[in-house]
Amino acid sequence: MSYSSDGAAIQNHSFAYARSPDQDASSPPHHPVVVVGAGPVGLSLAIDLAQRGQRVLLLDNDHRLSSGSRAICFAKRTLEIWDRLGVGDAMCAKGVEWNLGKVFFGDDLLYPFNLLPETGHQRPAFINLQQYYAEAYLALRAAELPLIETRWKNSVMSLQQDEPGAEGKVRLEIDTPEGPYPITASHVAACDGSRSPLRAMLGQESTGRVFRDRFLIADVRMQVELPTERWFWFDPPFHRNQSVLLHRQPDNVWRIDFQLGWDADPEEEKKPERIQPRVDAMMQQALGHAVPFELEWASVYTFACQRMQSFKHGRVCFAGDSAHGVSPFGARGANSGVQDAENLAWKLDLVLRGAAPLALLETYASEREFAADENILNSTRATDFITPKSEISRLFRDATLDLARNHPFARRLVNSGRLSVPATLHGSSLNTADRDTFQGQMVPGSPVADGPVEVDGQPCWLLRQLPANGFSALIFDGPQTPALLAMIEIAAEGLVPLKPLVLSASGVAAERFDALPGTLYLLRPDQHVCARWRQASVVDVGAALRRALAVAA
Amino acid sequence: MLITEPHLQAPDDFYEALIDTHRDLDSAQSHALNARLVLLLANHIGHQQVLLQALQAARASTPRTTQV
Repeated sequence: MSYSSDGAAIQNHSFAYARSPDQDASSPPHHPVVVVGAGPVGLSLAIDLAQRGQRVLLLDNDHRLSSGSRAICFAKRTLEIWDRLGVGDAMCAKGVEWNLGKVFFGDDLLYPFNLLPETGHQRPAFINLQQYYAEAYLALRAAELPLIETRWKNSVMSLQQDEPGAEGKVRLEIDTPEGPYPITASHVAACDGSRSPLRAMLGQESTGRVFRDRFLIADVRMQVELPTERWFWFDPPFHRNQSVLLHRQPDNVWRIDFQLGWDADPEEEKKPERIQPRVDAMMQQALGHAVPFELEWASVYTFACQRMQSFKHGRVCFAGDSAHGVSPFGARGANSGVQDAENLAWKLDLVLRGAAPLALLETYASEREFAADENILNSTRATDFITPKSEISRLFRDATLDLARNHPFARRLVNSGRLSVPATLHGSSLNTADRDTFQGQMVPGSPVADGPVEVDGQPCWLLRQLPANGFSALIFDGPQTPALLAMIEIAAEGLVPLKPLVLSASGVAAERFDALPGTLYLLRPDQHVCARWRQASVVDVGAALRRALAVAA
Repeated sequence: MLITEPHLQAPDDFYEALIDTHRDLDSAQSHALNARLVLLLANHIGHQQVLLQALQAARASTPRTTQV
């Protein structure tokens, strides 16, 4: 399998089970970090940890990557994370970029939208890429990193934690084709999906709300001249009183979602002879004629928005679908899972190094629970609009659509999905509140915006200039620069490495930060702002760094 | 913030216009019109606190089903 493998080859690829020396050890071998689940979230986490110099054991109970395209819309923030993990270029080379979408009602276009209306970002708002490609590139990247050991057909059967505390351990019993064996771990990351066995082993549940509706999700391979835009129909003539969503994927594969209603029979609706006329009618509407197509894959889903009450239980952290689930309108599932992994990786790394206390891991849970609630709120609102479940909800939904034909304000209310943006971690205990006045979006807790910058006279992208693994200080250039450079070294002494990046105080990037000469932004290893000042002192930076490490003042 | 003191420029004229707007509509059509009207007026008001107060006032005026 390689970066140029096609989708069929990737889905057919089988990883080999191999006996590990751990299975013959006289006492359970110890691992600092065990990641359970080699999906997009587990793989991203393993790569991030390994890049930070941590030894990772990655377990998967299967021996293949994703079958079926599943999560296909990967958001800008995910691409930026994957840039840092060394797979961004591969993802974007294969993926289909898109920023534009259209919403239709009946026969008519209601409005177009642009998810990245400003220029000056390296990555697009989204790429569409089948999940098996995303996993393949992550798996190939992981295979380049000797600090990651991946064991296929290794299935966690049980999990025990001893008393909480600095010396605590988790004991895992792992099943294999050759029988079970035990190991211990200082930390476990449960990235084992929506039906998370580890979650059940800890007696936990993911709870929330099921939406009483069914959707046919189909991958259809066809050659059509349609723009690369997210198209959403409310009540189209070819599927009356229901919704339809269309996305282009690589390889001339198109993702089509048909809302079916709660009374639909999933087994009937998956049949090709039921799907064929739906796609034909849709192409008739979109193109004026039917087109030949192959049905690659189809399934019928019911959606839910749910989450675990806490994403951390002792030394086990939950990330991705194991921790939270959303309906897909808005693409907030895999994208928030990869953001979970990014949040967890640097915290686990610093705790394992002794540079931060265990309390830092508690903030993984609080920050990502906060983000999950935002994703659940947005996904729920979209799903309520798409599948209104009371008479009155339907009344207002239809009123909104009717008004949207003629009135701009109503278009803003139409909700076919509020597409994934990374959460700004308002109120996080790791943030230092602003003392100075700043305009714009780069508040403490926000993910850093990309922008065109110049380093050593060469044009490049801001995010690619940030250190891959540590804290950084963005210094906007001015007469104070030499003093600030000297100051941050002192402020960070004895804490963590802190790398400066000096940028021009004029230009697009500086505007995004509302920067003046001498403005300093302190950034976390996950490229989130933790503090900013017009005139930072050594006390300011030291205190903010300690706060971001959850170290007592 | 929500004004519940008299504020209509032409109260009786407005009241008649409101009823008249529903002329020749059946019940379902009237409900749909009311929903559109709520959204149009809400957007015109815009201010979230005022709107929330209006929603709360409307909810509080819900008649009880058993009442003499």
